[in-house]
Amino acid sequence: MTAARWFKMYALGYLVFLYAPILLLPIFAFNDGTIIAFPLQGFTTKWFSQMFGNATLALAVKNSLIIAVSSAVLATCLGVFAARAATRYTFPGKGGIIGLIMLPLVLPEIIVAVSLLGVLLGLGVSLGIWTVILGHVLICTPYAIAILNSAFQSLDRSLEEAAYDLGESRLSTFRLIILPLVAPGIVSSLLISFTISLDEFIIAFFLAGTEPTLPVYIFSQFRFPQAVPAIMALGTILVLLSIMLLAIAEYFRRRGIAKSGGKDTGGFL
Amino acid sequence: MKRPIIELENVQKYYGDYHALRGITTTIGEGEFFSLLGPSGCGKTTLLRTIAGFEDPSSGVLKIDGKDMDGVPANVRPTNMVFQSYAIFPHLTVEENVGFGLRRDPRSAADKARAVQEHLEMVGLKGYGKRAAHALSGGQRQRVALARALILKPKVLLLDEPLSALDKKMREQMQVELIRLQRQVGITFILVTHDQEEALVMSDRIAVMFEGQIAQLDDPETLYRLPKSRQVADFIGTMNFLPAQVLSETPDGFEVEVAGLGRAALTARQAPGRPTGDVAVGFRPETLTILYEGQQAADRESPGIVEEVVYYGDMTYYDVKLDGVAAPVRLSMRNVFGRPVLDRGTRTRVAWAPGALVLFR
Repeated sequence: MTAARWFKMYALGYLVFLYAPILLLPIFAFNDGTIIAFPLQGFTTKWFSQMFGNATLALAVKNSLIIAVSSAVLATCLGVFAARAATRYTFPGKGGIIGLIMLPLVLPEIIVAVSLLGVLLGLGVSLGIWTVILGHVLICTPYAIAILNSAFQSLDRSLEEAAYDLGESRLSTFRLIILPLVAPGIVSSLLISFTISLDEFIIAFFLAGTEPTLPVYIFSQFRFPQAVPAIMALGTILVLLSIMLLAIAEYFRRRGIAKSGGKDTGGFL
Repeated sequence: MKRPIIELENVQKYYGDYHALRGITTTIGEGEFFSLLGPSGCGKTTLLRTIAGFEDPSSGVLKIDGKDMDGVPANVRPTNMVFQSYAIFPHLTVEENVGFGLRRDPRSAADKARAVQEHLEMVGLKGYGKRAAHALSGGQRQRVALARALILKPKVLLLDEPLSALDKKMREQMQVELIRLQRQVGITFILVTHDQEEALVMSDRIAVMFEGQIAQLDDPETLYRLPKSRQVADFIGTMNFLPAQVLSETPDGFEVEVAGLGRAALTARQAPGRPTGDVAVGFRPETLTILYEGQQAADRESPGIVEEVVYYGDMTYYDVKLDGVAAPVRLSMRNVFGRPVLDRGTRTRVAWAPGALVLFR
């Protein structure tokens, strides 16, 4: 076989390994049986109705959404400030400060979670949704900065000066010129932060107290075999939602590029 | 002198230890086309940005239309700028770009729309209003930037190397259009450029800057004919230098001995610069003429040998080694029909006039 064919085989194998397990989700979500094994037992939608009737699950979903949305918004706001500072201003110790902000990107999450837990308990803060948001902002912000940095970097400085020169204030220049031009970056940052927060387990496990998040709930349910098919149903819905979210984000990203006349390089899809 | 619109008094600018502007004192008149010309890093852009309000002078006084600009930010100064990159807002249409500065204007929407159309027409972009700004060519962006700046009726329009991104043909076309536009609107234009030809073509007056200082400020012709220093002479076009000796000096002029040319009497006006001790005589290539067989010099002539021939189609440049001088001098001849281009190594005579010489001493 030629090298080209080997590469094709490799690519195909890689994709199968990546997506085959995910394809099993909907299959067993509609399978009339509690055991995750072939042969299939018949078609049912009862796992979905069981899932929708589960109050604990609903609470976990609600918690996770609150945490993910809050973390995404907060991390993106902090990211905007940091990216702006990093691309526009020079100040003493800039490299070190940016480096420290970016460090959680490579810091083991379990270390972050344990040390945060220690500090929070020491301070007497009661654990709950807000402590999880705190932890998630910490780990999402470096991703937000990385994405927003490139958005701010590609912004021509004279655009700002031109708007200022034409009579706008610093604030209205930011709103009228900078914000629309970095909007695709902001959308990407929100999306990535949201996704990271939504499926984050370790920090949520340590800091959530009695409030379950979705990953923590899913993990806890695997102790009960009869709960597994409902988890499959949940997974199916999550996969569908992820694909939709990605498609929407990609749509906005492409529209943003087309609007400002840039050349499309890369992206998700 | 016209009414002053910009007055600079000993303006200094430091960036840390770097002394970017070293005492700029000058006055720019109302309706003048004024150029700041110099090599990169000479402070010309810093000076322009100081006038615009993007940089604060470290010391000194800047007045625009009689008002001290200390503490007056760029967004309320009666100046507008055309940026080197044009800074066209890519997410807006051409119309929205041109009308951007009118956002805070109390006029009605219809009046503003009319003003936008008028200015689009003025820069030759009638009918382009609805287009996306990012879809325009370089020359069209340039025009949008001009219309956008002029719509606010500034007292001074600042142009930061506005033509440097255009190709040669487009640049020459825009030079003429800018002159026309400046005459039409009648406001002061201050142009920053490193292109001496551009400055000569467009300006009423040119300030040549080196190392944060104005080396010479004159109208284009004076600047070209009577540069005050060898540095200015070198920067504006080509100038030949020959070693010389001042034999005698009177209030009316000089008697000099020039290598290769001999003795010549110069008027006091022909030594515009301050004495530096380094004596030389300079002259432009076009002030020398090759004499063909049977031709007589109107004034003086010197013998030499053609060392190099550079043929340009309409012109030919000759490097001629004058007898008794080590380095050749460059002279230019218009190629006239029927007159042969000389070959290298030809012995020839060169006509010159003492009145075209400049004395640096």
